[in-house]
Amino acid sequence: MAPWNPRAEEMPPDELRRLQFKLAKSLVYRLYSFNDFYRRRMKEQQVHPDDIRTLEDIAKLPFMYKRDLRDGYPDKIFSAEKNELVRYHVSSGTTGKPTVVGYTERDIKNWSESLARGFSSCGLGPGDVIQVSYGYGLFTGGLGAHYGAERVGATVLPTSVGNTERQVELMQDLHVTAIACTPSYLLHMGEVAEKMGVSIKDDTDLRIGFLGAEPWSDQMRSRIQDWLGIRAYDIYGTSELSGPMFTECAEQQGIHIWGDLALIEIVDPTTGEVLEPGEQGELTITMLQKEALPMVRYRIGDLTALEEDACACGRTHPRIGRIRGRVDDMLIVRGINVFPSQVEHALLEIPDVGRHFQIVVDRKGALDSMLVRVEVSEEAFSDKITDLMVIKRKVEHRLRGSLNVGVDVELVEPGTLPRFEGKSKKVVDKRSL
Amino acid sequence: MEKSYIVKQISIFSENRPGRLAAIAGALRDAKINIFAFSIAEADGFGVVRALVDRPEDAHRTLTDLGFRVSFTDVIGIKMRDEPGGLSDIASILGDAEINIEYAYAYSGKDAAVLILRVDQAEDAVRHLLGRGGELLKTPLSK
Repeated sequence: MAPWNPRAEEMPPDELRRLQFKLAKSLVYRLYSFNDFYRRRMKEQQVHPDDIRTLEDIAKLPFMYKRDLRDGYPDKIFSAEKNELVRYHVSSGTTGKPTVVGYTERDIKNWSESLARGFSSCGLGPGDVIQVSYGYGLFTGGLGAHYGAERVGATVLPTSVGNTERQVELMQDLHVTAIACTPSYLLHMGEVAEKMGVSIKDDTDLRIGFLGAEPWSDQMRSRIQDWLGIRAYDIYGTSELSGPMFTECAEQQGIHIWGDLALIEIVDPTTGEVLEPGEQGELTITMLQKEALPMVRYRIGDLTALEEDACACGRTHPRIGRIRGRVDDMLIVRGINVFPSQVEHALLEIPDVGRHFQIVVDRKGALDSMLVRVEVSEEAFSDKITDLMVIKRKVEHRLRGSLNVGVDVELVEPGTLPRFEGKSKKVVDKRSL
Repeated sequence: MEKSYIVKQISIFSENRPGRLAAIAGALRDAKINIFAFSIAEADGFGVVRALVDRPEDAHRTLTDLGFRVSFTDVIGIKMRDEPGGLSDIASILGDAEINIEYAYAYSGKDAAVLILRVDQAEDAVRHLLGRGGELLKTPLSK
């Protein structure tokens, strides 16, 4: 597929590295001069912008973590004036406190540019109708994909998540050719369509899917492609980077990370040491042009590896392979990030149940289900079933409120839940991807 | 006076899976506690076992020590004629007095059938039932 921005996408590797160095150097100077948080970090690490003499010297800079965003709530580490911001997105945090991401006009433009390159590398363009079935709102998925698709001249159908039968009808009636959503939602949509007597493969014009926001596998890709008669592409991002940001190209050989926008390193999750291409480690990103909320050596927590060989599509930028897992205990349930610590915090505020819990994640049909097992407290135990059902529903309601994802609650006997630390017991993930 | 007719039932939280009733009943057997009557109420994934026993305090302690969630509930037990109309008589008395039955279970014993009731106003219920000639179980329960 022809590049959207050939000069950028096919830049010779040497030139790209020189550009990255120039951008990184000016980013570091800018942050050292104007960002109190990052200057303090650099001083603690005893590194000065003058120490950055080559691109490799980036490894001297301190890392940033999710907790830095949380501690900086809501906008303490922003690097733009309030009146320069054109948007906020908010994601739920690990312990109930959310993280806020701000965007300048240029941040939105670069975000859209990045996705425009990705979308067009998979053949999306004018004449296409793309159904955006990621959630719109505080979550970055919906609006991110929306802006990127408009940028390449596609027609956007902003369906957001839910009301699946209507989504299938619109897909047929408006001759939708592409969709952006989680892989599990697309599978669900395929099942709903079949119940309606509609085959996505034979009865719709759908030909491309941009699927992400949750882990999936090549086996799942084959299933989706064969069953629905489309090409399914991986899309990657997190709110800290802006949102969904990078995709595979038509070759389906890894996700292209646009080097003029982001500098990636794969580091050893324990030592922080930079790893060689091909070695699995934690993805670490420096956003080279982000203005409102700069990200320098941000430890995303996703495990992957740099692809070594050049892509057959001719684009020169680095690629990463499929995300293999997490360095922490984060779960992704129906595209939403869930930390067991969020469940713990929510339960502490409900006196009717104990503080011990177990999370069981499974996939019923195509959709993830999340079950939280809790014990009824001694004080709250009533022998009336209706009282116990009220407690169950109350906990479900509270957890849904703080996790932004639907949860079933099971009341269990005291002493049957894992008492001691150990993620393997607190979380049981039965999904096979 | 009405108080002596208020019977302490033990209620035990139980997960809805094989072997749970056996665990509860086994614990009571080992403590030599006799069960007069019991019922199981089930909901989504869990249930409550309710039992009338000869030594409710001991049963409570025994089961709590084993990790069960146990509580006492005030119920009343009334003897019924073990023939057509027996239940109707009792239910009519409570209905006339506008006393609501939250749950009930029954057993048919050697000399009479007994209806065990959890009602919203236990002492009122006792007064009305006695007033209309009802015969109630008295605590402590014994054979």
